[in-house]
Amino acid sequence: MGAMAKGLKPEDWLKVTPAGLYCAPGDFYVDPVRRVDRAVITHGHGDHARPGNKRVLATPETIEIMKTRFGEDAGRDLQDHSYGSTVSLDDVALRFVPAGHVLGSAQVVIEHAGQRVVVSGDYKRAPDPTCPPFEPIACDVFITEATFALPVFRHADAATEIAKVLAAQALFPERAVLVGAYGLGKCQRVIALLRQAGYDRPIWLHGAQRNLCDLYQRLGVDLGELRDVAETDKNALAGEIILAPPGALNDRWSRRLPDPLTAMASGWMRVRARARQRGVELPLVISDHADWDELTQTLKDVGAPEIWVTHGREEALVHWAESNGIRARALSLIGREDEDD
Amino acid sequence: MKAFAALLDRLVYTPGRNAKLRLMGDYFRRAPDPDRGWALTALAGGIDFPHAKAGAIRGLAMEQAGEELFRLSYDYVGDLAETCALLWQETGTADPPTLGEIVARLHGAGRAETPGLLASWLGHMDVTERWALLKLITGGLRVGVSARLARVALSEAFDTPVEEIEEVWHGLAPPYSALFAWLEGQAEKPDPGALPVFRPFMLAHPLADGVELEPSAWLVEWKWDGVRVQLVSRGGERRIYSRSGDDISATFPDVLEMMNFDGVVDGELLVRGPTGEAPFNDLQQRLNRKTVSKKMLAERPAFVRAYDLLMEAGSDLRDQPLTARRTRLAAFIERLDHPDLDLSESITVSEWAEVEALQAEARRLGREGLMLKRRDSAYEAGRVKGLWYKWKRDPLTADCVLLYAQRGHGKRSSYYSDFTFGAWRDGETGQELVPVGKAYFGFTDEELRALDKWVREHTLNRFGPVREVEKALVFEVAFDSIHMSSRHKSGIAMRFPRISRIRWDKPAAEAEALDMLLALAENDAPSHEIS
Ligand SMILES: [Zn+2]
Ligand SMILES: [Zn+2]
Repeated sequence: MGAMAKGLKPEDWLKVTPAGLYCAPGDFYVDPVRRVDRAVITHGHGDHARPGNKRVLATPETIEIMKTRFGEDAGRDLQDHSYGSTVSLDDVALRFVPAGHVLGSAQVVIEHAGQRVVVSGDYKRAPDPTCPPFEPIACDVFITEATFALPVFRHADAATEIAKVLAAQALFPERAVLVGAYGLGKCQRVIALLRQAGYDRPIWLHGAQRNLCDLYQRLGVDLGELRDVAETDKNALAGEIILAPPGALNDRWSRRLPDPLTAMASGWMRVRARARQRGVELPLVISDHADWDELTQTLKDVGAPEIWVTHGREEALVHWAESNGIRARALSLIGREDEDD
Repeated sequence: MKAFAALLDRLVYTPGRNAKLRLMGDYFRRAPDPDRGWALTALAGGIDFPHAKAGAIRGLAMEQAGEELFRLSYDYVGDLAETCALLWQETGTADPPTLGEIVARLHGAGRAETPGLLASWLGHMDVTERWALLKLITGGLRVGVSARLARVALSEAFDTPVEEIEEVWHGLAPPYSALFAWLEGQAEKPDPGALPVFRPFMLAHPLADGVELEPSAWLVEWKWDGVRVQLVSRGGERRIYSRSGDDISATFPDVLEMMNFDGVVDGELLVRGPTGEAPFNDLQQRLNRKTVSKKMLAERPAFVRAYDLLMEAGSDLRDQPLTARRTRLAAFIERLDHPDLDLSESITVSEWAEVEALQAEARRLGREGLMLKRRDSAYEAGRVKGLWYKWKRDPLTADCVLLYAQRGHGKRSSYYSDFTFGAWRDGETGQELVPVGKAYFGFTDEELRALDKWVREHTLNRFGPVREVEKALVFEVAFDSIHMSSRHKSGIAMRFPRISRIRWDKPAAEAEALDMLLALAENDAPSHEIS
């Protein structure tokens, strides 16, 4: 990417520190795990966006999500930047590009000394009615997640999975169809997919899903009519579809529902042992992360001669990259977990 | 193949017995022959494909993904068939072969052509079909279905008593076309003819509390503490069947050798000890073994105590009254004249009080209880009301302290409903509780809710689905007997434990001492268990 400062390499100005990935010439951290002065946030999930930073840079949607989740503690000075517009931070130019992961999710494109590094955060390539699609950006170093970086992970077509929910609902009119879905992104995507499939009855929500669904609707993502389980006679829920956080599927909360049929929307559902561990009757392989084919295709699309791998099954992705002539190393970032989707 | 794969997939994720029966029944009604017959074979115990083994699958998977990525994937997934099914790349959408075609081709193929055959199918299958195919050929479907459950599903699907299906079952061979033709009413019931087939057992109802019978109409005998078996010997073929209709011949070669007769005998399989029948625990050592060592045969020789005679020299005696069958049985045993087949003697009583006295003696004598059979009863399949009763010995009870609670399964998965309880013993730092047993039934739904609440409010630690609780709740545990066991930390194992009462009132300190339970153990030396 243009003229390079002599001898300077990306790892000289972008480093892993205990607080997270730090860009010294711009004096900012990307998705820090500790409270810092200046944080650039890729998206609103808990292992990327944390409360209590002084200055926060993110897309307008991510800022809204952080305000909804953290309230006053979202950060002292919140600066939103839309996709595509460039910001200068000292010696560094920075812009956000859609990552296709959840509403507001962004890749951070960082340019310094003639070099371009893309921190992709979490991403996927499959279409999602709730957020703009991932855009591949040519770069010198591409920093990628590896949540589903094994060739056994190939996510199904989401529409096929949604058809299973509707089939189960038709087959068991006496049971409540309870779908476990992570509260930010997955829940709204499942609802939007149900709407795309023509389902126009009200969809019911566990209390924990309400705020972010309302925010999505406010930000222009149409989810149709949503109602609260808490405010209804439980027997009226037979034959209805209910969205709940994964943790509520097998807990006391679900007992009140009429003979619930538990489904779970997650990339992990691809592996039977994981699905059975959760006591799921109807596993739905719907993920907001790239599967193996999407990860390897993305590495080809961005054409970076070097990749850094963050969280997940780094070993397999590093192995694939090296076998395909791409320099690769695993970044040991602390504080990243397998997201529950 | 698609329908069979979908069936296996649904069975894996469906915990309830009734739902499993519905899924299987649905499939058996819809699927064509011979697919459904092979599916039945697979569900009821597996199909052997001598040339399609795990090694071939591993080789194919490595070719697909490369050695390193295969290794990482297998590490993660933990199941070879599933790993291979997941990472296989689809190459086309040609219709995959039917289950019947797959079985026929694999049975016809040699070792060399098998991997190529598998590879050509896998590319045209979706992930569920691939998984089902690979599970099928590696054996062990592990979808929570037994041969018995598969037969019950057939019974429900085709509205035919399961006893009738079990009666013809062992005379039939995969893919069971004659069975389905009969079940669908398109052919006569298959005739077992000269084959050594299983006949469904006649079973007893428990005698209700306080009921008294007129002794003269009833035959009284001991309920021996062994394993109920059916010995079938016909046309030179010999079989030993268990209560569930499983063929357990291989486990008891000593009994098989004795069966030099032409007939069908219902009896109790027991192990000989120094003074007559050995405790059940000794027999336990011989169960569930595919092969049995010389040493085992010498130390724990098996024999059969006969209750009834169903067939003799080709004639069916089951319609005759019990007294007539018993007379023929006595003569049959005398003619055979072998120490390993003896008669379960009937006990003469004239008053009901004598029956009560016998029942009270059962525990001391090491018997499971009493059997009461109407003298005029025909031998009828299943549990027919009013003909046979069992009156078990009274259970033992002990007050034990709740230690751990685990979430249940299926409908109970949101409740803590599996309980581990313990008794006191002297530890290094004073009295301590040691686990002595586990129980998950014996309480009402209301008690279950109360227990669940108690567990949640008294949790000390969590280990996945298990919670350790405060040592403060006492159960009165009822159990049939106690045996020494080197496998358990406490050194004892309880047989048939259940929670008979929740002692909300009783302080934990007043629960039982382990020494008291040890004193109840029926065998004195720790058994040699192979685990
Ligand atoms: Zn995320
Ligand atoms: Zn993440």
